[in-house]
Amino acid sequence: MSVDDRQQKAEHIRHLLETEGDSVHENTQVFNDGRYESTAALDDYERLKDEARAIKEDAIERLPELVEQVTETVEANGGTVYLADDAEDANRYIAEVVDGRSVVKSKSMTSEEIEVNEALEASGADVWETDLAEFVLQLADEAPSHIVAPAIHKSREEIAALFETVYDPADPPETAEELTRFARRVLGEKIADADVGMTGANFITADTGTLALVTSEGNARKTVQATDTHVAVAGVEKVVPTVEDLQPFVELIGRSGTGQDITSYVSLFTPPGDSPTLGDAGELGSGDDREFHLVLVDNGRMAMRDDDELRETLYCIRCSACANACANFQHVGGHAFGGETYTGGIATGWEAGVNGTEGAAEFNDLCTGCSRCVDQCPVKIDIPWINTVVRDRLNRGESGSFDFLVEGLTPDAEPGGLDLQKRLFGNFDALARLGSAFAPLSNWVAQTDTARSLLEQTLGIDRRRDLPSFERESLVAWFADRGSTVAPAAADRHVALYPDAYTNYVRTDRGKAAVRVLESLGVHVEVPAAGESGRAPLSQGMVATARDNAEAVYEALAPAVAADRDVVVIEPSDLAMFHREYDRLLSADAAAALRENSYELMEYVYGLVENGADRDALANGAGERVAYHSHCQQRTLDLEPYTVAVLEDRGFDVVTSDVECCGMAGSFGYKTEYYDLSVDVGESLTDQFSTAETEDRTVVASGTSCLEQLDALLTRRPTHPIRLLDDR
Amino acid sequence: MSSTTLATFESSLEGVGVELVSTTAERFETALEPHLDAPAVGSPLPFEGVSLPDTVDTDPTVEALEAAKTGVTAAGYGIADYGSVVIQGGPDGEEPVSLYADEHVAVVAASDVLPGMGAAFDRLAADIRDGTGQAIIATGPSATADMGALVKGAHGPIDVTVVALEDR
Repeated sequence: MSVDDRQQKAEHIRHLLETEGDSVHENTQVFNDGRYESTAALDDYERLKDEARAIKEDAIERLPELVEQVTETVEANGGTVYLADDAEDANRYIAEVVDGRSVVKSKSMTSEEIEVNEALEASGADVWETDLAEFVLQLADEAPSHIVAPAIHKSREEIAALFETVYDPADPPETAEELTRFARRVLGEKIADADVGMTGANFITADTGTLALVTSEGNARKTVQATDTHVAVAGVEKVVPTVEDLQPFVELIGRSGTGQDITSYVSLFTPPGDSPTLGDAGELGSGDDREFHLVLVDNGRMAMRDDDELRETLYCIRCSACANACANFQHVGGHAFGGETYTGGIATGWEAGVNGTEGAAEFNDLCTGCSRCVDQCPVKIDIPWINTVVRDRLNRGESGSFDFLVEGLTPDAEPGGLDLQKRLFGNFDALARLGSAFAPLSNWVAQTDTARSLLEQTLGIDRRRDLPSFERESLVAWFADRGSTVAPAAADRHVALYPDAYTNYVRTDRGKAAVRVLESLGVHVEVPAAGESGRAPLSQGMVATARDNAEAVYEALAPAVAADRDVVVIEPSDLAMFHREYDRLLSADAAAALRENSYELMEYVYGLVENGADRDALANGAGERVAYHSHCQQRTLDLEPYTVAVLEDRGFDVVTSDVECCGMAGSFGYKTEYYDLSVDVGESLTDQFSTAETEDRTVVASGTSCLEQLDALLTRRPTHPIRLLDDR
Repeated sequence: MSSTTLATFESSLEGVGVELVSTTAERFETALEPHLDAPAVGSPLPFEGVSLPDTVDTDPTVEALEAAKTGVTAAGYGIADYGSVVIQGGPDGEEPVSLYADEHVAVVAASDVLPGMGAAFDRLAADIRDGTGQAIIATGPSATADMGALVKGAHGPIDVTVVALEDR
């Protein structure tokens, strides 16, 4: 990316933060809190997710057969099915059916994807969106910013101003209720006059030809009932085998999306329906002659089905949980974190699938891989992985010349044209090794104005960020020199402490504290010279390099694992590699061996103390008041409670943050184009640590990135929890 | 239907802002009366010994439909865990009647109140295979949050009342 491109991107994000950020944040927060609350109240949440996932896996596997079956069923019911290859094909068919008549629509992202409104208007038909949010966007001529609440970026005041401009009413509506009644009246007339009702479908059952529509306003029901021609537009992936298969989705979709146990209306239409229409002469008309057209849209989906990495995207039920749970999305919304139609984490899969890989290029970097969406997805899609794979494809698709300087520094497995910024961050290990070897000189040089300006201009490293300061002596070298203080024979447990690149070269203090704490609990510790886990290259979409790193780490740690030592990891993002991503990077056996034998440091300390180690060997908190921010990936692995439990056990008074992510996310916050967003996200965290209850507490965080962000945004210096326990 | 199911139904309905009126076939008209703001529209009820009062227009014009304060329909079944009623629409106009009036009154036989979504989908699947063309799982009034705050009553009813017939 050029300097200008970075500046433009930064400017665009700044603009959205100012104009739309507040509305998006407020609304997504309600959805996000609602989802946690509503899913917690569901006894069999995990089972329902497994069931939903299995249904989708099976349906996509058998898709051609199910499409054939649903075609036969719908035709036997008296409807028509059209299988459209692409958007143009779908629009041509729909325009023929509509034939210049007036159309009312309920919300459908697939119809946004094919841009059917434009096609119908060009054919002379009048089209009205009846979903209130879509109606607002139609009047404002704007794109959706959220897949479930498409006008989430608009405030009440903006909507009031819009209505006043467009309709100039005698008594302008102002409150949410007045605005709703006003829109209902305007759209009520459109519905009464319309001839064609167009809907989407959340699910279509192959066995009965039933459409399931998940809504709350009632406009989809009216759209179908009032008109005598029903056109339903849906992606082919919406077909599921049977009516019974709808149950887990009906129980999950509202909870996962807006945080409602169920939305007001789950409509199961098996068209053509026979409800009376709103007839022309003021009488209800007979619904007996209603026409029904089901338009199943391929538009890249069958190719996604053949793509081992993108296939999972087709399981998506478009609930928006991944968007609502995403810190970046919460702050900037879908106009930055989204493509032409789709928004949020899963949008990368959809846009790459329907518009080609480049369709995701603009926004794909906004997924930092924090993984907070992973456990929120009702069909268990590994959304960060899809983002990583598409980023890798984008890296490889770019043509560019070799840069010999960076190429020389970074012996990675990536293509020559890779963006230099990504390559630099992806090879953090090599950089840290050099920085450490030449410290403190490297640190002095890096801090100079000349160096900062050069780094910003060539690599897009924002000069407002402090750079990591490398230690001359690495943790591995320190430990090799010092040796273990607990004899192997005298120890109950034997640990290989994994020296992640940050702990090894930058934050060696926490590594040393970890060694001392473990030894104080009677553990024999060794610190093997294992390299970077692959997290750094993976976050840049450098999958091949990540795999190389993972293999090297496995080789370095395998002897310890084979000798029955426990692998203890300080940095949560690296532990998350061992526990999640290594499944995709290593052989199944290798991944399982590391996963089953590796622990987060505080989780391990908790285990030692619970199993009889001498807790009094740890520092006594004596009531010290602590504000703790767990790490995003650590929370996804459900490891936050151990740190809290250990600290409380040692007499610390702990409060925790509840933001999804600190916003730093490895390299993300260093990048010029994302600096403002990173700080905006980080301020939600520091706000929680600046209340009357928290402002004087010791700030503690588990992740390196979190510590850097907190250090930059607070005046108090944060620390890793292990250092509180280090009684030296 | 057990008394526990009906109690769960009542508390779930309360959670979504819906009043449950329990009555018998014989006392139906009296129980309905306070919930029948005029003008009222309705579709014929299928329960034995139960019918709508004459004041309820069962063959409304479009204008009457849009002006209606109350719309009374049967509901095929209730779902206790969620406080939902399933509206099965057909030529008698259950769909428009339950949709256009300010308040929807759904009448359900207590024996058709099912405990949860599992039981509901067993019934739904059987009914759909038997030709029920339309079944709406309706939970509370229509709503929107698109206008800057949560508003009850978007395109559909602002209020919902459920009448359960204890002896049906």
